[in-house]
Amino acid sequence: MPHLTMIEALRDAMDVMLARDPQVILFGEDVGYFGGVFRCTSGLQKKYGEERVFDTPINESAIVGLGIGMAAQGMKPCVEIQFADYVFPAYDQITQEAARIRHRSNEQFSCPLVIRMPTGGGIFGGQTHSQSPEALFTHVAGLKVVQPATPYDAKGLLIASIECPDPVIFLEPKRLYNGPFNGDHKAPAQSWKTHALGDVPEGHYAIPLGKARIHREGEAVTILTYGTMVFVAEAAVEKAGIDAEIIDLRSLLPLDLEAIEASVRKTGRCIVLHEATKTSGLAGEIIACVQEACFYHLEAPIQRVTGWDAPYPHALEWDYFPGQDRVCRALEAVMEV
Amino acid sequence: MSSHTKLSFAHPPARPGETPDFSALEIPAAGALPVPRLDIAAQDCVEHANSLIRVMDDRGEAVGPWADYLSDMEPEALREGLRHMMTSRIIDMRMMNAQRQGKMSFYIQSVGEEAIACGFQRCLKPGDMNFPTYRQQGLLIAGGYPLEKLIGQFYSNAYDPLQGRQLPTLHSARDYGYFTVSGNLGTQYVHAVGWAMANALTGKDNIAIGWIGDGSTASNDFHTALLSASSYWPPVILNVVNNQWAISTYTGVARGHGRTYAARALGYGIPALRIDGNDYLAVLAVTRWATERVRAGHGAILIEWYTYRVGAHSSSDDPSAYRPKDEAKAWPLGDPIERLKQHLILSDEWSEARHVQAEAEILAEVIEVQKRVEAAGTMIDPKPIPGASIFKGVYADMPEHIRRQRQEMGV
Ligand SMILES: Cc1ncc(C[n+]2csc(CCOP(=O)(O)OP(=O)(O)O)c2C)c(N)n1
Repeated sequence: MPHLTMIEALRDAMDVMLARDPQVILFGEDVGYFGGVFRCTSGLQKKYGEERVFDTPINESAIVGLGIGMAAQGMKPCVEIQFADYVFPAYDQITQEAARIRHRSNEQFSCPLVIRMPTGGGIFGGQTHSQSPEALFTHVAGLKVVQPATPYDAKGLLIASIECPDPVIFLEPKRLYNGPFNGDHKAPAQSWKTHALGDVPEGHYAIPLGKARIHREGEAVTILTYGTMVFVAEAAVEKAGIDAEIIDLRSLLPLDLEAIEASVRKTGRCIVLHEATKTSGLAGEIIACVQEACFYHLEAPIQRVTGWDAPYPHALEWDYFPGQDRVCRALEAVMEV
Repeated sequence: MSSHTKLSFAHPPARPGETPDFSALEIPAAGALPVPRLDIAAQDCVEHANSLIRVMDDRGEAVGPWADYLSDMEPEALREGLRHMMTSRIIDMRMMNAQRQGKMSFYIQSVGEEAIACGFQRCLKPGDMNFPTYRQQGLLIAGGYPLEKLIGQFYSNAYDPLQGRQLPTLHSARDYGYFTVSGNLGTQYVHAVGWAMANALTGKDNIAIGWIGDGSTASNDFHTALLSASSYWPPVILNVVNNQWAISTYTGVARGHGRTYAARALGYGIPALRIDGNDYLAVLAVTRWATERVRAGHGAILIEWYTYRVGAHSSSDDPSAYRPKDEAKAWPLGDPIERLKQHLILSDEWSEARHVQAEAEILAEVIEVQKRVEAAGTMIDPKPIPGASIFKGVYADMPEHIRRQRQEMGV
């Protein structure tokens, strides 16, 4: 089985789907000839031609709006927004149009559109290359929101997203494009190519949307997280020496309520960890779900560890990022009770 | 005293209490403009984009090269067109009344603009897709859409194909080439271009048609659509219905210092024509030409339909608060129904008596359908659609959290 980076795995997923289904097309800024600024679509235009993989003007509303028209007609566009930070000119098209076309037309039209975008910090991108806007999409009925943490999941989830009959916001944690991250910026970067989670089978496989993955089994406390923070959690758990269960949610809308509830019922303790800003972030929603379903199983107040309520600062990324230390403190707090 | 620059604020020629004034309108003679080559380029379209294509003269006679372009048109087809426009107007009248009676929440009429949608539809083929606004109901009426579905949609009752999910007049009728209408202005213009691109990419011979109001040409997505159509040159017709008003805002605010909306397309390299939208024959001729152009692969085109919104913007609007009360009567391009009627009478294909009779027949038909539909529930006598419908079609398959919410609703 080949070891791939997440970028290679994503490219492989698009390659598989372009080959399998003539309705699949890719477009976005710099996606065609150049292969995207992160090179996710590298070589695909050459292989499939300009009618399947092409460049667009710098107009996010066009990228999504054209995709909606094509998807309504029966094609399966998989479009790229260069950074999640730039999706907002298309926010209206995504939230008011793509998300609603099936429902408002009573299923006469649908919108099988995938909108890929790199998300999160860790690459010194400053305020407009580092945001994690997932909560702005998980609030919208009719969308699905996905974020992989491993190359294996990236490929399987992207294939499932392209096959999904509804619009999917596909968030790619750019800090994980080339390898996992342990929350310590001074530690040498690991590559997926030397990492077991870089195993990616060839050909077609799909990971169902709406299903979480147990990243590490444990009995003492449940850490609910996704994306880059899965690895921060892993490092913190090792450092703290606590037998925590780490759940990689993978699908942020819909959430895998059953997996979340089963784990919290088992451990009786819960931490929610994400990189996005705290106030009105997804952690609040997840905690509310846990409270509703697991209140009598809880031994301690649920903790939330998130990015600060401030714009992502360029030179202070490591202060912004919820690193291992903050997770360790939360682990201590939740185990104290 | 320091000097400073001044802003320019657009004003309509007359406000309430003043005399309507259309003297600034330049109205060229019918038949003055030639029929361009199908592959005309934007730079050769300057006159067509800045003037006004008209076919019927003031008497109702069809004159000039665009009339010749329609010479194979059977009188029966024109009588049918007249019937569509009359049906549209009668439905508007009945539904505005029903709204006033409290039977439905809201209504949007297209009085005065009937020729555009009703005429345009006649040149389309099965599989072509319109991306309309709330004011192109005429596309459905002229396309033979069952009246009980059309009217059922207003009442959000069992006859409503959309199960009460959309505001009245925001129809969706895939089989009739009518994309699901959004309440957000402008968005559909981009979808039309995307649909047209998909047609080209998948080898379908159909075309897409975008519709937008003059006020909404100011939206991002108007420019987004023009840019996209200019980049990829797909088979799309982009219509601008210039009815002079965006609720209470005069058209000059959106037009700015541009001369016409059609001319705006030329900067994108998209050829454009400007048409008397109250002239049913001009609508037919230009639509026929435009659909031929686009089907032949010569790329996108924009059409500005010059008209006047006679009625209120919607049932919630009172235009006497912002424009002279009798402005519509002073509108110099006439009423589209009257004009086609005169044309047919002039050529002995119609008469006042037949017109009166047709009106009575259509009214009777509309009343019959309306009664049948109202029996299935109105806002006064509600027979609600089951609430569980809310959860249907949010996704192709219902996720767990929505299933739980449906249970919580108790349905
Ligand atoms: C994005 C958006 N902004 C505002 C509105 C409220 N609104 C509804 S109709 C309308 C005026 C539209 O005027 P125009 O485009 O000229 O079309 P017309 O109603 O004259 O046919 C406005 C402002 C809306 N529906 N969507």
